[in-house]
Amino acid sequence: MKLTCLSRGQGFHCPPCHMIDLGGFCILLECPIDLSALTAFAPIMATTSEVGMGSDEEEEEGKEASLSVDGLINSVPWYKTVGSLGLWDVSLIDVVVISSPMGILGLPILTRNSNFSAKIYATEVTTKIGQLMMEDLVTMHEEALQFFGPGEEFKYPEWMTWNELEKYPQVIRTIVMGNVAEELGSWFPLYSKAEIDECIKKVQTAKYAEECCYNSSLIFKAFSSGLEIGGANWTIHCPGSSVTYLTSSIFKSATAMEFNYHDLQGNDFILFSDFSSFNDAGMSNSEKEPLDEPSSIADVPLIREDNNNDEDREGFAASVEMLEELEKINFISSCVVETAKGGGSVLIPIGRLGIILQLLEVISQALEALELKVPMYIISSAAEEMLALANVFPEWVSSERQQKLYSGTSLFGHAELTKESKLQFFPVIHSPDFMQAWQEPCIVFSPHWSLRLGPAVHLLRRWHADENCLLILESGVDADVALSPFMPIAMKVLRCSFLSGLPIRKVHPLLEFLKSKHILFPEDLRPHVPLREGASFLYYSENRTMAAPNPSDGVEADLSIDLARQLRPRRMLQETMAISRLKGKLQLSYGRHLLAPTKAPSDLPAKRLLWGPVDRSLLLHSLAEKGIIESSVEQDDGGRCRIFVQDGDRRAVVELGAAPAVIAAADERLAALLHEALCSASDGI
Amino acid sequence: MAIECLVLGAGQTVGKSCVVATVAGKRIMFDCGMHMGYSDARSFPDFSLIPHAGEGRFDSAISCVIITHFHLDHIGALPYFTEVCGYNGPIYMTYPTKALAPLMLEDYRKVKEQRGDEEKFSGDHIMNCLKKVITVDIKQTVQVAKDIQIRAYYAGHVLGAAMFYVKVGDATMVYTGDYNMTPDRHLGAAQICHLPLDLLITESTYATTIRDSKYAREREFLKVVHKCVSGGGKVLIPAFALGRAQELCILLDDYWERMNLNIPIYFSAGLTIQANMYYKTFIGWTSRRIKDTSAIKNAFDFKHVCPFKPSMINDPGPCVLFATPGMLTGGFSVEVFKQWAPSEKNLVTLPGYCLAGTLGHKLMSGKATTVDLDKDTRIEVRCQIHQLSFSPHTDAKGIMDLVGFLSPKHVILVHGEKPKMASLKGRIESELGIQCCYPANGETVLIPTAQLVKIHASKAFIRSHTNSNFHSLTADGVDLSHSGSTPISPTEGETVVEGILIMEKTKRAKAVHNNELLESLSVLENKVQFAYCCPVYICSLEQMPSNQLTCSTSSAGGKIEDPWLSLLFLKLKEKIDCTSAGLGSDHLTLGSFRVQPCLKESCCHRIGEPADPKEPTVYFCCSWSLEDEKLAWRVLSIMRDSLTISSGIELTC
Ligand SMILES: [Zn+2]
Ligand SMILES: [Zn+2]
Ligand SMILES: [Zn+2]
Repeated sequence: MKLTCLSRGQGFHCPPCHMIDLGGFCILLECPIDLSALTAFAPIMATTSEVGMGSDEEEEEGKEASLSVDGLINSVPWYKTVGSLGLWDVSLIDVVVISSPMGILGLPILTRNSNFSAKIYATEVTTKIGQLMMEDLVTMHEEALQFFGPGEEFKYPEWMTWNELEKYPQVIRTIVMGNVAEELGSWFPLYSKAEIDECIKKVQTAKYAEECCYNSSLIFKAFSSGLEIGGANWTIHCPGSSVTYLTSSIFKSATAMEFNYHDLQGNDFILFSDFSSFNDAGMSNSEKEPLDEPSSIADVPLIREDNNNDEDREGFAASVEMLEELEKINFISSCVVETAKGGGSVLIPIGRLGIILQLLEVISQALEALELKVPMYIISSAAEEMLALANVFPEWVSSERQQKLYSGTSLFGHAELTKESKLQFFPVIHSPDFMQAWQEPCIVFSPHWSLRLGPAVHLLRRWHADENCLLILESGVDADVALSPFMPIAMKVLRCSFLSGLPIRKVHPLLEFLKSKHILFPEDLRPHVPLREGASFLYYSENRTMAAPNPSDGVEADLSIDLARQLRPRRMLQETMAISRLKGKLQLSYGRHLLAPTKAPSDLPAKRLLWGPVDRSLLLHSLAEKGIIESSVEQDDGGRCRIFVQDGDRRAVVELGAAPAVIAAADERLAALLHEALCSASDGI
Repeated sequence: MAIECLVLGAGQTVGKSCVVATVAGKRIMFDCGMHMGYSDARSFPDFSLIPHAGEGRFDSAISCVIITHFHLDHIGALPYFTEVCGYNGPIYMTYPTKALAPLMLEDYRKVKEQRGDEEKFSGDHIMNCLKKVITVDIKQTVQVAKDIQIRAYYAGHVLGAAMFYVKVGDATMVYTGDYNMTPDRHLGAAQICHLPLDLLITESTYATTIRDSKYAREREFLKVVHKCVSGGGKVLIPAFALGRAQELCILLDDYWERMNLNIPIYFSAGLTIQANMYYKTFIGWTSRRIKDTSAIKNAFDFKHVCPFKPSMINDPGPCVLFATPGMLTGGFSVEVFKQWAPSEKNLVTLPGYCLAGTLGHKLMSGKATTVDLDKDTRIEVRCQIHQLSFSPHTDAKGIMDLVGFLSPKHVILVHGEKPKMASLKGRIESELGIQCCYPANGETVLIPTAQLVKIHASKAFIRSHTNSNFHSLTADGVDLSHSGSTPISPTEGETVVEGILIMEKTKRAKAVHNNELLESLSVLENKVQFAYCCPVYICSLEQMPSNQLTCSTSSAGGKIEDPWLSLLFLKLKEKIDCTSAGLGSDHLTLGSFRVQPCLKESCCHRIGEPADPKEPTVYFCCSWSLEDEKLAWRVLSIMRDSLTISSGIELTC
């Protein structure tokens, strides 16, 4: 197996990306876009209809004008993919594996290449949500196109030239080109809706733990990662070796089905690809310090081997991270409600489905408890469908949510909120329906978290100077850059980071549990995770290809009993071993080789290959049986022994010794008999 | 090894489906149903027949229970088995089955309660039983125990219905439960992969029926309903809570929309409305058509359907009413029937199959003008009766298609009528050449299994095949509804590998390439050489063109300098193909055969009588190995018989 880490990603919204070579197949893991790079562009400009939202026109316009776009690229945005992926020949990729909706966002850029022929595996939910996210992105991007004019985006952008780049501040230049200009090649114009459709058509959706078989050799299986609804870790089996592809995972989520680590156990390799603790800006310093000792005993019981015991699963339910997350949600909710109570509006441009689902439930409950009649809007072209999706995939939600189903209520509460008109969906901000429903103060969920695209930009323009209003900003973007065009900001900004993977202190006990021979581990995280005894850690870093040792030189195969019955085993001189010629039909199915009888079984050839010493007494015995007698024996100094034999009046000599045995005979039949005798007195086949 | 297959229910009948398959001590129970036609002990499978299950020790006897779908003839005995008999082991079913089963079981229990029948299990039993259930997704591969693997496949039939593939050790089987090979209004057709199978246990409800297009029958149903309501009549559709009700409702709701009708469609009591909630959530388990449109509108958000209040029974005007229970077994649907049956304007639709003893059965069996509900109630029946002719079961063609597609080694038929099973068995054996049987309840059948020996194969061995287009079995799912038109071709051509199997006590056998053998045994080859120092008599003078006597050269560039050898080469060239011959200054090779003039008087390979000293004799020492045996003796015979060398010629080179 060979691994090349193409990118360690940029946190939740831009997962890491790797290329592995397994059993001769080239597998790409994830194809994300780094949407945080959108912050390098100026936000989309206001269009005139925006003023219809009920405030004084002139004032609005005045504010618009005051927005500072200095130092930002004022052009149709391009999109930043994984740069080093461009160095690979697309036609050589056999399989693409997608583990979360974020991992699919860049895929149309790959699939629109006519040389692309790989099979794509993703879970059904991930595919659907990913598709909606991409379509939403295209819709938001169209607004920018309208402003800059169509056709603009496929020209080689001026801002990418050296001269232009020089003019931008360092922080923007770094976003565009990386540290040493290596990322300049990562930028692409966005795909179209048609290209998304083409891409989605190529995806082979996988059910939970379904055995997806590629080319009869590779078997891919998805198991829940807990990161998002439909989020998956994968196991990949090929004849002779197996890999656990471990992505950012959450032990116990309030929305998604919990991290299933039991089924990841015992594979030859683990590709550890959870960089969340590295990327997590919120990680405290104490945690960043290297762990010298193995994790404390207290952590270990969290992972136990007996998975059949429900009590243990409950142990995770009480896990610290989940409680912390619930606390965060409750805190955000309390800030939101507090703002609404004070007459201010709230903008929540969060891009995480699980968080939105929870916030909707918690905020509506809090509003209800206070009898506050503040409307909640979701403005997004994709949100309604996306939220509806969450209610029709019971196979991928947490066990608590599943329980709701069995007691007869829907999985998530938003459907009821919509029915009661407490929550309203609007696909676009510039629609008569929306203007009519619009009412402030309100709570708005709306993309995009980069604050460069989508309805969020317009709302932020509207509210940024209002100190009563609140913006909930997700970590993952550089807040200074993100907010820069909206300066000065009077509205309150609540920055929050959410759990996006395994807490570093649980990594070690988890790896211990998974019992793999080789762990491919990020060099960046090396100081944080102590070496495990008995396992080999292989540290990888970005854009360096690493070969991992092959676990075995062969494969396990099945021999059909019919073929086994055809075998004619010969016992070897040392009694514990027997060998047999084997000729059969080889079939490969679901990664397993089966040997069955051939249609026309041929006669097995006579013994031809001999090895080891010749047993002299056996030889003479065999000769005697054939009526051949020994007439004399000569022994020479070189350890060679000449046996003169006679069959009637025909004579022959058999020479044994250090060098190969020699049969000297003038007669074909006699020579054959002697050879036969020699074979029976020696190991061979 | 063998599969021991004990049929506890649905053997030569329909009802109380239950099959226990045992492989090497591991026991799997497929379905745990009840027979609705009985209320005594015969309504449940006879669990005491399960081997080693004495004293209710079912946990140790049974590795797991698999339930295919929520119909009572497949799940009805489960709460009894777990809560009363005390089985505590794992139970597997799909998500929808787990969600919908309690509704079915509760519904049934309540009817029993109302009738004052003896209760086999309580409401708590149902709840506790369902808590033990482990849910599976379609195609999810579940490792039940170290050597037990199960996998569900989509079966159509009803929401959440699944066929189950089970692999115990190397024994493989599929148990279908009920299935449908053609998609209907709300569900897709059964789908399964091509799997090597020892045994297929299939339902055979319609073992001999071939059905025509479903759409014609649906149109007919809509026509009668439309005619009735446009004449101001009321339509009563007695149905069980789940399945048929939703299918017909989609049909009607869609039709109402298209025809712009606004006559109300009612659902009786909350049960079916709640069931619709489940159908909405499980939209992913319905037909592709419904799934694909679900983004715009969930097909189970019925526009024209509203709940029915008992007070509305005698409201004027036309309507359509879905009322539970189906088959008119009692309860509310019979209440409504009492009121509506006397009017010829009204219509009652009945399913294709009604259990004997039910009111539905009575109505179907003839043109009854009156029916006696009990000794005090007699109802005049003037309304029209329409029998629905569509069924969620596959027809005979579908069964044959599935059996043919899976091509198992053996088929067991269950869930059907004995005479029809006999005829289907005949077809399976004669047309498909697959052994088939249909055991009665309580019978055990032994099915031999294809056995496999696990070996280790070296990479070189695996690659030893010569077939360039190494074929692999296609493993993709095939929509069985089309399997009739696209036959699955058996794999063409073979990939033949050759090597050596090394079997060692206590170790897994290992297949290696011929070239790897010596290395893997860490031994050296003992390559036997054959040798003979061959005398050649020079007897006659023969004139040879001198130019031919000059040094012989070969295409390989070698050069013979020895004249005797040169002569020999010329002779050989006349008789055998020598293009690949290797020539040296003093020797000649053909493959492993090597010949060179021998001047050693005491050469140890001079076998046989010493040459006659009077005859001029030249000796050639020959050696070869086994693979060139034939060639060697051929050359030797040429040398001995016909080599005549002219000694009078001046030999110069
Ligand atoms: Zn059924
Ligand atoms: Zn049935
Ligand atoms: Zn010799």
